Amino acid sequence: MTNADAQTAPLFPHRHLLGIEGLSATDITALLDLADTYVVQNRQVDKKSAALRGRTQINLFFEASTRTQSSFELAGKRLGADVMNMSVSSSSIKKGETLVDTAMTLNAMHPDLIIIRHGDSGAVELLSQKVGCSVINAGDGSHEHPTQALLDALTIRRRKGTLEGMTVAICGDILHSRVARSNILLLNIMGARVRVVAPPTLLPKGIERFGVEVFHDMREGLAGCDIVMMLRLQLERMSGSYVPSQREYFHYYGLDYEKLSFAKPDALIMHPGPMNRGVEIDSAVADDINRSVIREQVEMGVAVRMAVLDALARNLPNERPL
Amino acid sequence: MTDTGFINARLLNPASGLDVTGNLLVKDGKIADLGPTLFSDTIPDGIEIVDCRGQVLCPGLIDMRVFTGEPGAEHRETLRTASLAAAAGGVTTLIVMPNTNPVIDDVALVDYIERRARDTAIVNIHPMAALTKGLNGKEMTEIGLLKDAGAVAFTDGDRSVSDAQIMRRALSYAAHFNALIVQHAEVPELSHGVMNESELAGRLGLSGTPAVAETIMIERDLRLLELTGGRYHVSQVSCAASVEVIARARRHGQKVTCGVSAAHLTLNENDVQSYRTFFKMTPPLRSEDDRRALVAGLADGTIDVVVSSHDPQDAEVKRHPFAQAAFGAIGLETLLASTLSLVHNGDLPLMRLLSAMTHIPADLLNLNTGRLAAGLPADLALIDIGAPWIVKAEALHSISKNTPFDDRRLQGQVLRTIVGGRTVYTRE
Repeated sequence: MTNADAQTAPLFPHRHLLGIEGLSATDITALLDLADTYVVQNRQVDKKSAALRGRTQINLFFEASTRTQSSFELAGKRLGADVMNMSVSSSSIKKGETLVDTAMTLNAMHPDLIIIRHGDSGAVELLSQKVGCSVINAGDGSHEHPTQALLDALTIRRRKGTLEGMTVAICGDILHSRVARSNILLLNIMGARVRVVAPPTLLPKGIERFGVEVFHDMREGLAGCDIVMMLRLQLERMSGSYVPSQREYFHYYGLDYEKLSFAKPDALIMHPGPMNRGVEIDSAVADDINRSVIREQVEMGVAVRMAVLDALARNLPNERPL
Repeated sequence: MTDTGFINARLLNPASGLDVTGNLLVKDGKIADLGPTLFSDTIPDGIEIVDCRGQVLCPGLIDMRVFTGEPGAEHRETLRTASLAAAAGGVTTLIVMPNTNPVIDDVALVDYIERRARDTAIVNIHPMAALTKGLNGKEMTEIGLLKDAGAVAFTDGDRSVSDAQIMRRALSYAAHFNALIVQHAEVPELSHGVMNESELAGRLGLSGTPAVAETIMIERDLRLLELTGGRYHVSQVSCAASVEVIARARRHGQKVTCGVSAAHLTLNENDVQSYRTFFKMTPPLRSEDDRRALVAGLADGTIDVVVSSHDPQDAEVKRHPFAQAAFGAIGLETLLASTLSLVHNGDLPLMRLLSAMTHIPADLLNLNTGRLAAGLPADLALIDIGAPWIVKAEALHSISKNTPFDDRRLQGQVLRTIVGGRTVYTRE
């Protein structure tokens, strides 16, 4: 244990948050409970607290990101950390040695927390082995995006009261989606029933062993579900390589009111953003204030990231060895 | 050169099945005589005596798939350093792939390899020449002239010859010269993955190459071979389906041979877990079911040879995120010890394993070695097959240290390696 005077077990007994894999239901519940308190704090005039005062947080983004990066930045600042953003364009840093070098350089500046996003699966884990501080995965390739899964869970829990027993349909490009992988893991751990809905070309091999039910027909997949979680499909994958065209994709897999009518009447619509309106989701559905919780997800994102930063910082040593 | 008598040896000659305690005499770099009754009257004067203390004395191993960096990338491996690793692994003959810079696709370059090997290496080295010019997959090399110059076979190394017309013509043309065509079997369009296509790849978020990418190419080539005749060898098979396809072709009387790497016999895709780039290779490590099928295929003779697929890569190109890291693993020095684990497990008879690394590759490549027989060069390995050791990457002789066996406990130590009657390695 890093904190010598801690009498009880730590809230979150992990040094890094590299993925949902390896977390327990207790870990996840602890983070969500803590996040709930930050939702309250964030809705007040004074949104600041001091959990990270004196700490340095570096946001190291190798992939362009607007919402995740600003969400982490705001989360750190509201907790009183000094936040530094480093956006590294993928063209200037692509090769791993430079990647490892960058991490070592940053490490020498004694940060307490590094938030990393990288286009390659496993890159964040690789970097976590090279630095002395806590690392949070803000998305690595097609592997994991744990804070997205946590904010989705928080959104569902606040709306539905629980995750257990919920039927969640994750629809779209599962193959390339780190959001899908983290959500499948988390929802399984928390006792939800998970479905995936996608054409066969957008599903990874062995998906049926991930703890999900697999559907290729959207109406069947949505039948009776509590949550419809849409995924973004990158436009370049819709010109014949994975699916024949945008038009055909929207026809069979785009979320519109007709397909949504197969879900429960109070089913929630979620999307990690950014949305391709008219490609994977109909604009009117996305903006339906009765059904869509897409903007709420953004709000929960800040609270969840504050909870993760806080929980990891509690495990950090208070004095550095010289 | 003084003559040497090896006494009290467990003589193992896989080619004949001989397994007796006896002695072996080396004269003028060649095996002069061997057997249980040799020296029974008296040991001749003036020869050096090596007491083998009951350990295995067998033909030195032949590794027919080795990449080096010479010429062009000597910082990874030279012919000399590869030969040092070979000698420490009991390998007395290694075959280098043409994937160098420049590519070995010309008589002068075959000659270069042979001269460099003669001048710098401590084991026998022969090159395979490129099957297509510059490994471009489009134009045949001078198969006849290259063979005359010393190329033992023709291959594009780690590239598949995917153009069916070129493969057909190469098989057809090479048949006239009785030249062996060695294919790295994979359909390029299906092989963009960085590991085996599987549930694990899905979980890790890594792109996968399916096993069928290999099997389809083998099936295609076997169809072409029906048209052309000739000698066709699959450099490495990695999955159960490929073993099955080759077994079926054999039953139908087709002349096809294949190899398997020590890594594919002893490791599986789960070793990639946590994005360990030293386990990234092509073809990728497959499932445990595939691995078991490979061991069974080797045991029943469907798979002919075992290779190291030694592919040195420096740390700089391996210390990347998995998808960006280079393919390849070294294996010369661990070839024997890693595969001996199959013998110790009872999955494979010792004699069968040694056959796959001695007389069978020798016959495939027309090499005058690989047997314990009077008149052949004294290329020998003295092995304590049960001795345990722990692999330490930094202690290996290769310049590049990208071994997948780092820290692994293996059984089987090479005590002494002899090439042409000269001891080139002794274990300290």
